Amino acid sequence: MSAEEKTKEAEKIEQGKDKTGPLLSIQDLRVWFELRRFGFGRAGYVRAVDGVNFDLGRGEAIAIVGESGCGKSSLMKAILGLYKPTKGKVIFDNEDLTEKGAKGLRWYRSHVGYVQQDPYGALAPFMTVQRILEEPLIIGGIKNKVERQKRTREVMEIVKLFPIADFLGKYPHMLSGGQQQRVVIARAMIMGPNFLVADEPVSMLDASVRVEILKLLRGLQETHNLSVIYITHDLSTVSYFSERIFVMYAGQLVEKASVTKLLHNPCHPYTLALLNGTSDPDAKNALTFKEVPPGEPPSLVKPPDGCRFHPRCSKMIKGTCDVKDPPEFLPESDHQVSCWLFQ
Amino acid sequence: MADKKLLHVNNLMLYFRTMRGPVQAVDGVDLDLDYNRAVVVLGESGCGKSTLAKAILRLLPRNVESYTGQVFLGGKDIMPMADEEFRLNVRWAAISMVPQAAMNALNPVLRVGDQILEPAIIHLGMKKGDALQLALKMFQHVGVPADFINRYPFELSGGMRQRVAIAMALITSPSLIILDEPTSALDVLTQANIFNVLKRIKKELGTSFILITHDIATSSELADDVAVMYAGQMVETGDAPRFFPNPLHPYSQKLMASVPRLRGEKNLEFIIGQPPSLVNPPKGCRFAERCPQRFDKCDQEPPVIEKDGRTVKCWLYN
Repeated sequence: MSAEEKTKEAEKIEQGKDKTGPLLSIQDLRVWFELRRFGFGRAGYVRAVDGVNFDLGRGEAIAIVGESGCGKSSLMKAILGLYKPTKGKVIFDNEDLTEKGAKGLRWYRSHVGYVQQDPYGALAPFMTVQRILEEPLIIGGIKNKVERQKRTREVMEIVKLFPIADFLGKYPHMLSGGQQQRVVIARAMIMGPNFLVADEPVSMLDASVRVEILKLLRGLQETHNLSVIYITHDLSTVSYFSERIFVMYAGQLVEKASVTKLLHNPCHPYTLALLNGTSDPDAKNALTFKEVPPGEPPSLVKPPDGCRFHPRCSKMIKGTCDVKDPPEFLPESDHQVSCWLFQ
Repeated sequence: MADKKLLHVNNLMLYFRTMRGPVQAVDGVDLDLDYNRAVVVLGESGCGKSTLAKAILRLLPRNVESYTGQVFLGGKDIMPMADEEFRLNVRWAAISMVPQAAMNALNPVLRVGDQILEPAIIHLGMKKGDALQLALKMFQHVGVPADFINRYPFELSGGMRQRVAIAMALITSPSLIILDEPTSALDVLTQANIFNVLKRIKKELGTSFILITHDIATSSELADDVAVMYAGQMVETGDAPRFFPNPLHPYSQKLMASVPRLRGEKNLEFIIGQPPSLVNPPKGCRFAERCPQRFDKCDQEPPVIEKDGRTVKCWLYN
């Protein structure tokens, strides 16, 4: 397929679209990985993502917060089309991605940017910055070299890698952590996406650089009207970045709320524990012990019945929490929580 | 004075030999630490804070250009000691360390029990059976179930491995433990757990800590004192209750302003530019190039100024 045909095809898809609905809609998404017993037969499933629902508006930034192993990376990969969901739908711009094959996903991939966690690991060590940034354009079918160079320079300008000429010929190891992350962001932005997935984009960086990168991402989100999913385990950075927070525990979203509501009126006991565990710099911290729920997150092969947090929860209601799955309750507007306490 | 302190580091220097010239990784660092206190060494990556830890423990690579200064431990200068004497009496006997990424510092082919009792056999001359009993006691201190002693590192979660590494540092009952980024790879709740463990050890066993980290918010969980390093030098030291609300050095101020607060609406700042190369550091104040309050005098080496028990290396306080 020539580049021209591709753009034509893309335009055809673009036409006749409803541009007012949510950009991305996740419906009852499940990502299960099969466990095979040695030899033959199934030993069960790892239920990494187990029934996730949410909508992402156009130009909206959301954060998904959770500990490692809670399934946030699997959720992200299913959204990016890297994993095929076991069940459920990923609807992007009114197109169901789960029905599409590899070719169908190509159209989607030019609309979504991905910022990886470890910038050094995400950049090919044998490629110069120029080559790294051109790669998506080559794959995207832009054959004109001058055009590619022009777009490379434009994207380096928006991530503020100055002076541009100095950086083009450099290899990733010659750059500092912050600069590497800028290259990663530039690569995510080069196809002109309207949706960005950032997986812990600042966790590997120094404190002072962290803020710089967060501000850059926030700026891009506002100027380019991007929808962003920001995946993190650090609640303290969330309020500077997103409008809504989803808290994930053992493969499920347990609380969804706007940033202010979640930070000032957390409802789910797990959210409360996460907030208590996060420190602000204050010398008084050294004088007290932190309250931490006992135990560790459950196995995703055989998650506990009922609420998955109940074995660690201090407010567990016997006969309810350990038997029935909690549905979503609405303690206030724009605030959903999956906890029987708010029945 | 020196004999009252557990640790007194005076003008410690450690330079590395490289193709481009000597790297001044630790350049004239002073540090004091009392018994049963914890000092946090803060700084960006590459500022020499991990190298400082290695210099105190004399864990040196081959390309050392120069290694000078004084390190007093309980009033005794340990710098002139021969390597063998240092190994026997200081390293792990008096000062032990939890290395960076301690999760990966464990030997994957040995059971964790066998690893953590090794220092007890070597330094305390214990029999294996006694050492095992001691190891179990250490597991209790750090909150690892006793039956984990026969497991291999891969069978433990990250937080548990971190606790095992702390148990290994504790087993010889040293008076000082150096923690190099102990929680940077862990989840929030695991971090909180580890800090609870460290606080309890400090309270129950009276151990002192040097905590090396760039995570300012969590460092406050353990800090009695704070020391800020920049480009191989100590730019500010002081007690935590006064440092966190009111840092003195412009670098510390900028660093504190870059820390996101949980419910903060305050605008975050970042420091423009990058730290200088340690091969040919600039003359005068090393932070001058990035400093918003720079003035003429900053071209000269700033003195270390004492102010109510706090020190700051900056001309502004002269």
